[in-house]
Amino acid sequence: MASDGDAVIDRHGFDALIAELRRRGFRTRGPVVRDQAILHDEVSSTGDLPGGWRDQQAPGRYRLEQVGGPELFGWAVGPASWKSEFFPPEEVVWRASVDDGQVTVTEPDGTTEPVALIGIRPCELSALDVLDRVLQGGRVVDDRYAARRAGTFVLAVDCGAPASTCFCSSMGTGPAAGSGYDLALTELTDGRHRFHVRVGSPAGAEVLASVPREPVGDGDVAERRGVLEGARAGMGRVLDTDGLPGLLDGNIDHPRWDEVAERCLSCGNCTLVCPTCFCSDVDDVTDLSGSVERRRRWASCFDIEHSFLHSGPVRASTSSRYRQWLTHKLSTWWDQFDGSGCVGCGRCITWCPVGIDLTEEVAAIRAGDRETVGDAS
Amino acid sequence: MTDERPTVAVWKFASCDGCQLTLLDCEDEFLAIAGAVRFAHFPEVSRASVDGPYDLSIVEGSITTEEDARRIREVRTSSRRLITVGACATAGGIQALRNSAADGAYAGAVYAHPEYLSSLGTSTPIAAHVAVDLELQGCPISAGQLLEVITAELAGRRPVLPSHSVCQECKAAGTVCLPVSRGTACLGPVTRAGCGGLCPSLDRGCFGCFGPSVGANPRALTEHLLEEGTTRAEAARLFATFNVGNPVFGDQAAALSAPERQGGQP
Repeated sequence: MASDGDAVIDRHGFDALIAELRRRGFRTRGPVVRDQAILHDEVSSTGDLPGGWRDQQAPGRYRLEQVGGPELFGWAVGPASWKSEFFPPEEVVWRASVDDGQVTVTEPDGTTEPVALIGIRPCELSALDVLDRVLQGGRVVDDRYAARRAGTFVLAVDCGAPASTCFCSSMGTGPAAGSGYDLALTELTDGRHRFHVRVGSPAGAEVLASVPREPVGDGDVAERRGVLEGARAGMGRVLDTDGLPGLLDGNIDHPRWDEVAERCLSCGNCTLVCPTCFCSDVDDVTDLSGSVERRRRWASCFDIEHSFLHSGPVRASTSSRYRQWLTHKLSTWWDQFDGSGCVGCGRCITWCPVGIDLTEEVAAIRAGDRETVGDAS
Repeated sequence: MTDERPTVAVWKFASCDGCQLTLLDCEDEFLAIAGAVRFAHFPEVSRASVDGPYDLSIVEGSITTEEDARRIREVRTSSRRLITVGACATAGGIQALRNSAADGAYAGAVYAHPEYLSSLGTSTPIAAHVAVDLELQGCPISAGQLLEVITAELAGRRPVLPSHSVCQECKAAGTVCLPVSRGTACLGPVTRAGCGGLCPSLDRGCFGCFGPSVGANPRALTEHLLEEGTTRAEAARLFATFNVGNPVFGDQAAALSAPERQGGQP
């Protein structure tokens, strides 16, 4: 059933939406095809979007191919996540210089024009919600993140083409956008190429009101339902979340951690493609003139230095580092941030160079749970 | 007035000079470096040489002769701090291929009259001979990392040198993973960061010229490469280059070169 304000737009209407957002001063960024992958860049019209592209994803494998057809969103998420838009891989926190004994500290101007995220997927929208809670929802607010995040316009697109590595249904984050959007589109291609639009905020309603649109018909609603049912059915993976935090807590000595460490490269790819991993390192670097720069850069719990205390790393083995990552993501994240750190986007599976699959690891731990808990008690 | 700048000496052992030339390639910063330190011995720059002791010695190259094995001990004795730069100095370099070959096999292939040579049967890193304060990996080393090391030495702080994989530099640069997106054989996941992910950014798999990252798992990467269709000989060659003298890569190359055993590990 259509809600108040919902509408249907065609591709010209979508172009008009992007144009209207640009007219309002937003930097419009969205998915583009570059280097044989779906990445994020500036988009000024729907012509910049990945029209006719399909992806094939499997553990450790990603391929993109042009199959033709009108679909702009016939693919699942690529290696880039929206995390880097608000929490860049590297940034200067402050600079200090000494002149005549006076120390001057300057912070780079973090203010930017607000961004409109075009075509953000429901799983990524949930990931942003997770990052918001972590980086600006607690006692300590990350000012630079908050400044970049402020005023973001979210134009989400429901997912109709999940990959074999996707499991957002298991995590309750997709395939339809639930909340946190200004506008949410569902791409419909039966007969006529068009988009079902849901309004999620007054700002969304205002922008939608400025573009050519038509009322939602019964056929649109039915087709949208079919797209989402198809997406749920096409979800390549399942993660059984029943009692998951307790399951992992109770199995910290499970032999599976050593087994996965045999295959794990400890390279950190899973954490860097993860849309919610937020760890960073801070370095103070001097130059020959005596100026100091404090730099923050993404860090990974797979780095041996990540757990380095005064006398050495706390987590020296790959086994302990993999366990740290998985238990934080799926278990202790609940204690810390009252939610799951995993949104089911599947990036860590696809972009692991050796294809380690966290859903398989969790299933193995669950399968061996009774025995392990029995031994421990 | 006495010159109170710290003295720096640059030493060459068996090497191509590329790493010490990296210092000269710091064109924008070289004058600042030359202002902050006194180059007491740097033959690529000046014939003038001042006797030690030196505050900092930067050592390039591996030990391949009896004479060099003696000379590096002299360098160590006359240096307050000694850092080694490059794959030759930190792992033995490409010339360490001879360490696991039959006696004289490489010399016979390269020289018309190998009998004129007077060298050791092995090429070994500097740290195998004397105490080393810091090793900077790479073939060649990164100019930015060398500058960071010199700057940190002058400031008396720990240099910021990542020990993690090249993958993290690719991700920071937004380079799409070649092994995953194209099936390219790439040593990035087991190779130490420092190059900025240069080769993958140019559509070429990582050569591993920075040597192993800390905690690298080359055996697991090899298993995956073999599953994906890389031959054992190709995989062996990947690991048997500039850092073959580092056991993390060298042992993997040797295991791949050995006759395949039934059910054996790669």
